[in-house]
Formats: sequence, C-alpha cells, structure tokens
Amino acid sequence: MIRSQRWKGAAFTVPFQLGFVFLYLLPIGYAVYQSLYHEQQSGLGLGGATEKFVGLDNYKEGLTDSAFMGSVLRVVLFACVQIPVMLLISLVLALLLDAVTAKVAGRFRILLLVPYMIPGVVAALVWINLYSPDVGPLTPLGDFFGFHWNFFSPSMVWPSIGNLLTWHGIGYNMVIIYSALQGVPRELFEAARLDGASEWRIARSIKVPFVRGALVLTGMLSIIQMLQIFNEPALFRNITPQTVDDSFTPIMIIYNQAFNAGNYHYAATLSVLLALILGVGSFLFYRLTSREVD
Amino acid sequence: MTMTEERAATTGKVRRLNRPDPAARSRGGQRFLLVGLALASMYSLFPVWWLIVASTKDRTGLYQSNGLWFSDGWHLWDNLRQLFTYNDGIFLRWTANSLLYAGVGSLGGTLLALATGYGLARFQFPGRNLVFACVVGSFLIPIALLTLPLYLLFSEIGLVDTPWAMLIPCLINPFSVYLAKVYTEATIPYELLEAARIDGAGELRIFFSIVLRMMTTGGATVFLLAFVNTWNAFFLPLTVLRGEENWTLNLGLYNWSGKRLESGVDLTSLVLTGALLSIVPMAIMMVAMRRYWRSGVTLGALK
Repeated sequence: MIRSQRWKGAAFTVPFQLGFVFLYLLPIGYAVYQSLYHEQQSGLGLGGATEKFVGLDNYKEGLTDSAFMGSVLRVVLFACVQIPVMLLISLVLALLLDAVTAKVAGRFRILLLVPYMIPGVVAALVWINLYSPDVGPLTPLGDFFGFHWNFFSPSMVWPSIGNLLTWHGIGYNMVIIYSALQGVPRELFEAARLDGASEWRIARSIKVPFVRGALVLTGMLSIIQMLQIFNEPALFRNITPQTVDDSFTPIMIIYNQAFNAGNYHYAATLSVLLALILGVGSFLFYRLTSREVD
Repeated sequence: MTMTEERAATTGKVRRLNRPDPAARSRGGQRFLLVGLALASMYSLFPVWWLIVASTKDRTGLYQSNGLWFSDGWHLWDNLRQLFTYNDGIFLRWTANSLLYAGVGSLGGTLLALATGYGLARFQFPGRNLVFACVVGSFLIPIALLTLPLYLLFSEIGLVDTPWAMLIPCLINPFSVYLAKVYTEATIPYELLEAARIDGAGELRIFFSIVLRMMTTGGATVFLLAFVNTWNAFFLPLTVLRGEENWTLNLGLYNWSGKRLESGVDLTSLVLTGALLSIVPMAIMMVAMRRYWRSGVTLGALK
C-alpha cells in the first residue's frame, strides 16, 4: 500500500480517536487521578476545600469498606443463581426452536423476542406494577393458591429482580444460542440417528457441546452487565426504599458517594476498583470456561 | 422425498432442506415441543398484554378490576390526554428529547463509526492495532468509571444539563466501530478500492460515493443498535441531566414512579400509559428494520 494512502486511511479514524481520548481515556485518567487524592476542609471548613495527595489510602478504604464489598458479593452471589437459570432456559428454548419446523420456529422466535424490544426502565416499571399488591395481578393470584407473597420483602426482592432480568434477557440469549445451533453440520444428526441415538441424546451430546462457545459468551456478557446493575434496583428503590437501600449494588454506592455525599474522590476510587473486579472476573471466567476445550 | 422436503417444495421454502427428518420423532414429541414454546411465549407476552390492558383503564379500574382483562369503559384516550397535558405537557418534551438524542446522536455516531471501521479494516497504518485494541478493551469498562468523571469534565466546560451532554457521548461508540469494521471486511473488496484509485478517485470521494453506498445495510444495523442503546440509556442521563426540561422519557418515567413515595401523588396511570407509549417508537424501529437488527444481535455476540 502506498505510503500516502496509509495516512489517508489513518485520517478516517482520527475523529473517532480524538473523541475516544476525550470521552474515554481522559475520564479514566481523571478518575485514577482523583482516586489518589482526598478533599480536606481547611480550618473549620470555612477556608474552602483543598486536595491532598493520599496515595492508595482510598483504595485501602474501598477494599475494607464492608458496604461496598458486601454489595459486590451480593451481586456476584445473585449472578451465580440468575445467570445459569436464564442461560439454561435460553438454551432449552433454542433447542426447542431448533427441533421444530422453520416456519414454526420463525413465529415463536418473534414472540420470544418481544421482551428484548422493551427498554430496561420500562420493563422494570411494568414488573414492579405486576408485583404491586395494589394494581398487579400476581398478588391476588398468589392469594388464590394460598401463597401470601410480598414481592418487595427483603427475602423476595432479589428473586423479583431476578425474574425481571430473566424475562428481559431470555430472548436475546436464545437468539445467540439458536444462531450458533444453526451452524451444527446436519450430517452429524443423521449419522447419530443411524447409530440409534435418540433426539434427546443428540441434543445433549452434539448440540449442547457445539454451542458451548455461545454459552460462554452470553455468560460473560451477562456477568459484565450484572456487576453494573443499577436501573432495576433504582426503580425498586422508588417503591420500597427500606428493602432496597442506597448501598444495594456497587454502582448505586458509587452514585450516592458522588451525588449525595459529594465525595467524588471516593466514588472515583470505587469506580476504578469495580473496573478491576470486572476485568479480573471476566478473565477468570474466560479461563475457567475455555480450559476444558484445550 | 421426506415430509419436510415436500412441505418445503409446496410452500416454496427450500431454505432448510437439511432439517432433521420429523418422521424420526413421534407426534407426541413434537406436541411437547410446541407446548414448551407456547408456555415460554406466554411468559414473554403477558406483561406486555397487562400493560396494554392497564393503559385502557381509569384509576378505579386499575385498582379494582382483573389485571389481565379490560374493565368496563375504555379510558385510553382520557389517559393519553392526561399524559400529554400533565405538567404543561412535559411528557411530549421528554419524547422529543429522547427522539433527538437517539436520532441525531446515533446518526452522527454511525457516520463516525463507519469512517473509523473503514479506516481500520482497509488500511494498514502504524497504531492501527492499538486503536482496535482500545475499541475492544472499552467493552469492559464499567459505565460508572466513564460517566462520573465525564460529569465533572462536562461541568467544568458548562455542558452539564444541556442536550450536548447526551449528544456528545453518543458520537463515540466503540461497539458501533467494531460492527462497522466487521461489515466493511464483509462488503468492501480491496480490488474495488484499487480500481477506483486507478480511475483517479480521491480517498474521500471513494468513501462517500462508493463505501457509504455499499454499506447501507451494515450502516442501518449500526444505526439501529445505537438508537436502541440511546433510547434505553438511564445512567448517563440521570447523571448529566438535572433540569426536567432536558430529561429523556426513561428519566421522566423514573421520576414519576417515585412521586408516590416522595409526595404521595399517585401517577401510576400516567406511568403505565407513558411506558406503553415509550415502547411504540422502539417497536416501529424493530419491526421496520427486522432483518437488520437480527443480524446485528448475532454479530454483536460473535466477536
């Protein structure tokens, strides 16, 4: 390639690069910088605030902050239940779709994707109202069967959010797994059938191993999203602030530190910590799930 | 000829002749599959059905009638009138804002992403791999790590609480760049570019009159996904928009849903009707651009 052409090619990417520096690198750098400082009130708080370099003190505080680490743990535990359930349902639905005729599959696929078209905030609002004892149909339904459930109680609030996330996520994950299934060479099924394998056996021993990559990927995307969960608990907090307090998830703590406590330095520290946890978490997940393939 | 082939031949759908032979499965098995899919579809659809039904009810109906069926009286028009007149029609303002941010922001972001994707896919230049690594690496950055410092930077330069605070971040979308690169690799052959160069076309001219035109399908997918993303955004607008005249639909609905607790005003009817309306543009986009977004969803996952 001629030298001048190379530079012209690079020029196409320059606007994006500039924007990336301004909207990504600069903010991250600024956050890291802020995380090393502490705001100090001079005198009796009358002389205004000065910034003092404190090194890694904020990080020490963050790592021993039981509210923050507790929220991380809470979300991780929740993810360990919700993500496998959601992916299992998505996998089963993808296998079902793969086993019916193309016409039937096409119709059901559209229906199953309806929740994915609904904005997250709206999905949360709808479910909160479904859960509501005043207007939702689920409480009377429970009463009818003799269960007096309260979807906003401390023991039910995570299952309530989990159901909402599962409902919202099944379609998207199903489409990804389904399109991976389309890549399985059909001759394999014929061969397995000639060998006397049942459909169930084919699904378990050929199809599921084949879509492993798609499952790892959807799992990883879900973990990244889950650690950053904010919208759903924020909306639940509107209804039941006693159960969903302002330190319910890591991002809620960060938001509160920044905007309610006015402690940007600590909020920045926690954001960097969360990024590190995310990075390490995704790396570990990737290593653990891809190890058996090697 | 097997049954599938016959059916495919009669309906003209020969796309999936390699389907497993249904004769190999029992009828009962097939029925079992359909029941499973039907149950899952009901789970997917009933909240939407409930929302539609609820927005046709007045307050008494909402609180007292069966949630899954219409009550006496049709109050959808009343609810819509209330929605659009409440608080001097602020809901209309939020709708316009959402459309502005998602429409203009995504359009700009898509153009930028197409140029960047094309540059990355079809030119060798020093630093190319670094740029691409930044693009992919940024998928892992939590939104809080970007948004909070961005808020501080924006407030330094006086952009907080203006539409720019929403529009500018939309312009830089690494995921769009990633998609644009993949699409360029799939649709723009090197030979074509060489031929255009030999004919004496400049690089900009090649991009605008050849590349962009060939990338209509890819560009539509990128635009659609960016639009959906911005329409759904919550954390960014919550952080950078303070006054309600610049809010998005999501932010407005969030605020209304909190009113009951805060000031005892019950806006449930408005929230529900508003929620239903905020799905409409999304549904129109998705249905109109069905073939684009499906390829986008799967492509996005196969990185």
